[in-house]
Amino acid sequence: MDKNAEELLRIVSDWKGSLQGAHSIRENGMSVEMLSTDHIHIEPKKDKPGLDITVDKGTKGETMYIPACVTHGGVDDLVYNDFYIEDDADVTIVAGCGVHTDNGEMARHNGIHRFFIGDGCHVRYVEKHVGTGKGRGRRSIDPVTDVTLGRDSVMEMDSTQIKGVSDTHRMTRAKVGEGSSFIVHERIMTAGDERAITDFSIDMDGDGSSVDLVSRSVARDESHQALHSVIRGNARCTGHSECDAIITERGTVSATPQLDANNIEASLIHEAAIGKIAGEQLLKLCSFGLTEEEAEEKIIQGFLK
Amino acid sequence: MLELRNIYWSTPSGHEVLHDISLSIDGSGIVVITGPNGGGKTTIAKIIAGIEKPDSGSILFNGEDITDLGVTERARKGISYAFQQPVRFKGLTVRDLLDMASGRKLDEKEICSLLSKVGLCAKDYVERDVDASLSGGEIKRIEIATVFARKTRFSVFDEPEAGIDLWSFPRLIGAFEDLRKESGGIEVIISHQERILDIADRVIVIENGRVKEDGKRNILDSLLRSASCPACPKRS
Repeated sequence: MDKNAEELLRIVSDWKGSLQGAHSIRENGMSVEMLSTDHIHIEPKKDKPGLDITVDKGTKGETMYIPACVTHGGVDDLVYNDFYIEDDADVTIVAGCGVHTDNGEMARHNGIHRFFIGDGCHVRYVEKHVGTGKGRGRRSIDPVTDVTLGRDSVMEMDSTQIKGVSDTHRMTRAKVGEGSSFIVHERIMTAGDERAITDFSIDMDGDGSSVDLVSRSVARDESHQALHSVIRGNARCTGHSECDAIITERGTVSATPQLDANNIEASLIHEAAIGKIAGEQLLKLCSFGLTEEEAEEKIIQGFLK
Repeated sequence: MLELRNIYWSTPSGHEVLHDISLSIDGSGIVVITGPNGGGKTTIAKIIAGIEKPDSGSILFNGEDITDLGVTERARKGISYAFQQPVRFKGLTVRDLLDMASGRKLDEKEICSLLSKVGLCAKDYVERDVDASLSGGEIKRIEIATVFARKTRFSVFDEPEAGIDLWSFPRLIGAFEDLRKESGGIEVIISHQERILDIADRVIVIENGRVKEDGKRNILDSLLRSASCPACPKRS
C-alpha cells in the first residue's frame, strides 16, 4: 500500500496502520485486503466488481470498514456493494472514499451501495469523502446509496464530503417500512471550481415511519452546489428536511426541496436557509479578538461539525 | 483608561445620534450609562467596541488613540463587549463560544464557574448549540458569560438585564459586583434597571445624544423628580 493510499485511508476511516474487525480495502479498483468475522461475512461478487456483505441476525455492537481509494489519475473505479442486514442487528458501517491525482488525469470512484435492512435493526452508516493532490486532474466521486428498511428499524446515515472533490453527484434513495426511521446528516464543503449535486428520493411507505434529513453545506470561492430532495409520505408518517447553506466569495447554492404528502396522515416539514455568514456572527467572534478570517473559519467549522 | 473626545455620530440617513460626547472613564468600578430610549447609549457602547466608527472625534484607550482600530484590535487591547441582542450560531456550542472568548480551552471547572455566575448549570448547557433552541434569557446569560470568560479590565454590557427573569436578577447583580472585585477594572453597563443603578459607582445620563448628567448615583434623584428622564425608573 503506497503513501497516498495510507493517507486517504487515515482520513476516511479509522486507519492506524491496520483496520480492526470485519473490513475490505479497495485500492485502484482492486481488493487489497478482506476480513470477515464470525457474524459479518464479506464475499466478493461473482458477476461484477464489488462485495456481498451479510450481517447475521442479532449481531450487536460490531463495526465494519469498507473504504475505497484511488491513488492516482487515470483510474475510473466502479464498485457494487450490497449489504444484507438481518433482523435485530446493531452495527456500524464505515465506508469512506478518497481519490488522489496529481498527474493531470482524472481519478474517479463510483460506489453503488445497496442496503437491505431487516426488522428491528439499528444501522449507523458513516461515509466520508475526500479528494487530495495537485494539478488539473479532476477528482470525482459519485456515490449511490439505496436503502430498504424493514419494520421497526433505524438507519442513521452520516455523510461528509470534507474537501478536494472536484465533481460529485450523490444519489440517495430510501424506502422506509412500518415503524422505521431513516436519519440523514449530510455535510458538504466545496471550494475552487468544485461542483456537488445531491439528490435524495425517500419514500415513507409504512405507517409510523419517519425521515429526518439535515443537509449543511458550504460553497466557497467559485464552487457550486445543488440539492434536490423529494420526500414522499405514502402512509401515516412524519418527515422533516432541513437544508442550510453558507456561501462565501462567489460560491452558489441551489436547493430544491419537494414534499409529497400522498396520505392524509402524512406530516411533512421543510426548512431551508441559504446565505452568507451574518455580519453579527463575525462581529461577535471578532469581539473575542479573532480576525474576520479566523471567525469565518470557526463559524464554518462549527456549522459543518 | 478610556476617553471619548468630542464624538459625533449620525445614521446613514443623516439623523444625528451623538453630539459632541466627551467622557473619561478611569480607575475601577461600575459605570452605568442610562437615559431615555433613543438617546444614544447603545451607539456609545458600539463606538467603544469598534462596531461603529465616529464621524468625528477620537477614542483613547490607556493613552493610545484607537479611533481607527477595528473590533478585533480593540478586543486584543482588552475591551470586551456583551451585545444587547446576542448572536446565535448553528453548530457552535456554549463550550466552543466560551473557549473562543477566553482564548484557550477551558476545563470543566472553569466552564462550570462561568456558567454558574450567570445562573446556568454547566452540565445542562455546555454541549448545547448556541442556536434557536435557547430562549432569549438563556442566550443572554451565555452572552454575559463570554465577557466574564475574557477576564479583561474593561468590559461593556449593553442592557444585560434584558430577558433575565426576576428570580435570577440578584445573582446577576452579584456577578457584576464580583467582577468589579476580581478584575479591578471598569464595567460599563448600559441599563435602566434600578438594581443595576444601585450598584453603580458612577452614573452617566445620556439624553438626545448629549451627556446630560455625570456623577454619583444620587444625580438621578433630581432628574427623576423633574421627570426630565421619563425612561428612568421611578423612586418610591
